[in-house]
Amino acid sequence: MIPKRRFDAVIVGGGGAGLRAALQLAEANLKVALISKVFPTRSHTVSAQGGITAALANVSDDNWHWHMYDTVKGSDYLGDQDAIEFMCRNASSAVYELEHMGLPFSRLDNGKIYQRPFGGQSQNYGGAQAIRTCAAADRTGHALLHTLYQRNIAARTQFFDEFFALDLIRDADGYVLGVTAMEIESGEPWVFEARTTLLATGGACRIFRHSTNAHINTGDGLGMVLRAGLPLEDMEFWQFHPTGIPEVGSLITEGVRGEGGFLVNKLGEKFMANYAPNAKDLASRDVVSRAIAQEIRAGRGCGVHGDYVDLKIEHLGTEKIKARLPGIRELSMQFAGADPITDPIPVTPTAHYMMGGIPSNLHGQVVSPAHYGPEEAVPGLYAAGECACVSVHGANRLGGNSLLDLVVFGRAAGMHMIEHLRENPIPRPLPQAEVEKSMARVARWDRKGGTETVAGLRGEMQRVMQDHCGVYRSEELLLAGLEKLTRVAARLPDAAIRDHSKHFNTARLEALELENLLPIARATLVSALARTESRGAHSREDHPQRDDRQWLRHSLYYCQNDQLDYKPVKLKPLTVESFQPKERTY
Amino acid sequence: MRFRIYRYDPESIGKPRMQDYEIEFDPRGKKVLDALIAIKDCLDESLSFRRSCREGVCGSDGVNVNGRNVLACVTPLEGLKQPIEIRPLPRLPVIRDLIVDMAQFYQHYRAVKPYLINLEPEPENERPQSPEERAELDGLWECILCGCCTTSCPSFWWNPERFLGPAALLQGYRFIADSRDQTSDERLDFLEDPYRLFRCHGIMNCVEVCPKGLNPTQAIGKIKTLLVKRAL
Repeated sequence: MIPKRRFDAVIVGGGGAGLRAALQLAEANLKVALISKVFPTRSHTVSAQGGITAALANVSDDNWHWHMYDTVKGSDYLGDQDAIEFMCRNASSAVYELEHMGLPFSRLDNGKIYQRPFGGQSQNYGGAQAIRTCAAADRTGHALLHTLYQRNIAARTQFFDEFFALDLIRDADGYVLGVTAMEIESGEPWVFEARTTLLATGGACRIFRHSTNAHINTGDGLGMVLRAGLPLEDMEFWQFHPTGIPEVGSLITEGVRGEGGFLVNKLGEKFMANYAPNAKDLASRDVVSRAIAQEIRAGRGCGVHGDYVDLKIEHLGTEKIKARLPGIRELSMQFAGADPITDPIPVTPTAHYMMGGIPSNLHGQVVSPAHYGPEEAVPGLYAAGECACVSVHGANRLGGNSLLDLVVFGRAAGMHMIEHLRENPIPRPLPQAEVEKSMARVARWDRKGGTETVAGLRGEMQRVMQDHCGVYRSEELLLAGLEKLTRVAARLPDAAIRDHSKHFNTARLEALELENLLPIARATLVSALARTESRGAHSREDHPQRDDRQWLRHSLYYCQNDQLDYKPVKLKPLTVESFQPKERTY
Repeated sequence: MRFRIYRYDPESIGKPRMQDYEIEFDPRGKKVLDALIAIKDCLDESLSFRRSCREGVCGSDGVNVNGRNVLACVTPLEGLKQPIEIRPLPRLPVIRDLIVDMAQFYQHYRAVKPYLINLEPEPENERPQSPEERAELDGLWECILCGCCTTSCPSFWWNPERFLGPAALLQGYRFIADSRDQTSDERLDFLEDPYRLFRCHGIMNCVEVCPKGLNPTQAIGKIKTLLVKRAL
């Protein structure tokens, strides 16, 4: 008999969004289980560097309406304006709340929270550069993740560290009643039964060969959702961060350019002025990444292979670099062999963030078309953070908005879960067949004697995605990629692991992660092939213009027969005037 | 390249052993973690270790390489004597291969109440903190809980249940030093104990190995100074 634990809420994922939601529930004296495949402070939130955006106006004149405008424009008008208003309106209180929890923000001379300029930020709807991103040196993600974990210790949240979630348990009426999971240390299966389930499993950039993401970013929640027959939204939109260290992929924060750093090509030209005359190096990330790709293509890249550009900050001076960018200096010395106090940092566009994900609304409820419309809540199921697509980031996320997304929607999801629990006090019977189906899926990896390896297939998938679904795309490139990926995925049934032990079997974990990654890669290619326009991070060379008449809509991908469906973008905010799509320049 | 790696299989009755691996691998610019992954992917899937961020910020992959506690992901292969000997962090129970049971380490961390306590009503905006007050936290809040320091400390080896160890003490001091925290006295009361704090004899292995360049010995010294000042 599989051990079963019953909670009010089960949260899958111990990063910023999962921890913020858990805190809301635990402080309401509900029984919360937070299950995470790693100890929570190992989650990828820890790698966030530059900061969290909120119009505190500590440095420049500012208000949340301007933040909202910038976010809508940054999203290339694909973001849902109700959710964007909700996020920007709640941003300041979310940041103050983190400060009250103890987050060690850097400070201004007057004792207020330090803020730095970030890309795509403006005052007065497209005017002068705003200074809006709140920072703890260049380790804001670390500070945020540790603070939230610490608050959860105080709130006595129940942690199940190193438990790997397997599948959603969903009954015939569509209610989600918890998850199946595996205790990694013992290899034993568990059932977590709960009237509310939150997925906060983060991103999935590990579908690419080069990415800024941690090894653990394998999109496990997205795999669970697809297997439950639910769709994924806007999967063609992946952000390529302009400044990753070549080959290794480590992130060099946009905050470096916010503090005054700039990009140069091999001729020493500050080329961003040619692509974004006003914002220059602080244009939106999709714009800067395309600019770098163009420079490299035109033969103006640096190095022997001409495959990167230089990011210069020597002029900031030793003191400022040490005080404001110590983590960047450490990464640059360790992974690029360059001390930015004296040498430029080599950088290249690198897969960084998934704008798409599990369709959800501003309460964190997972929504999908069922009977009456495209936005029906899946009862009992929630999603928050990078794995969710609310959508506040649309076709391109602004820097500093992802930590904000985590805490605003983690909190909102927690609050709505409390409401749902109050309205649904009686647990529904658990469909045992669903549990058994999940166990059978895992048991498949006990088979011996396959001809393919997990590492081999994963490597091939990553190469296909890197070569066929990067900064620039075209029908020809995507079709060839899809064909290759189909062939890789067809070999999955022949894959086997050689290690069949139970205890802390990381080979089995990697196999289960690959089963999550492959359909995400497929969702990406299929959605990207269908969208015959260029918008935000999705740049089609064969369709270079944005096409609002046909494509101002969200994609929904189902893994059954690669089915695509669409739903309209919500252009109507909650209380303010709508921002109508117009040409996007920086 | 040649490696000797500690192996322990909890499902066999055999004792832990060292296993030799030889792999074609260009070490230029590569780290110990890259080699571990290459061995796992190409030679031996059963080799087990933790990893996440692969850039020295999450603290998952603390291991002992050629006798020194390090993060595998930021330790360059170049310059290491071969065969490169990789063992789990010392003194903690081994779950499997390079994976140790960190429960004791986390328990000490939780014991210092690693969260801000301030019972005043929350202001509308941020609680002000001057840059100088904030600077007191530098070198404290950056700890990634990798365990390299605590498991290199002889005082911890001798009294793992009762001595809190450098990582937990560093975090204890992080909240004492925070101008926004109001419970310094209670925190000092808890630490004023012959074992929890005073087993630290200033051996400074913690400072020597910390992959983030932090100085737990100095933080412990500051706690001791505060205790002395308080007694006077």
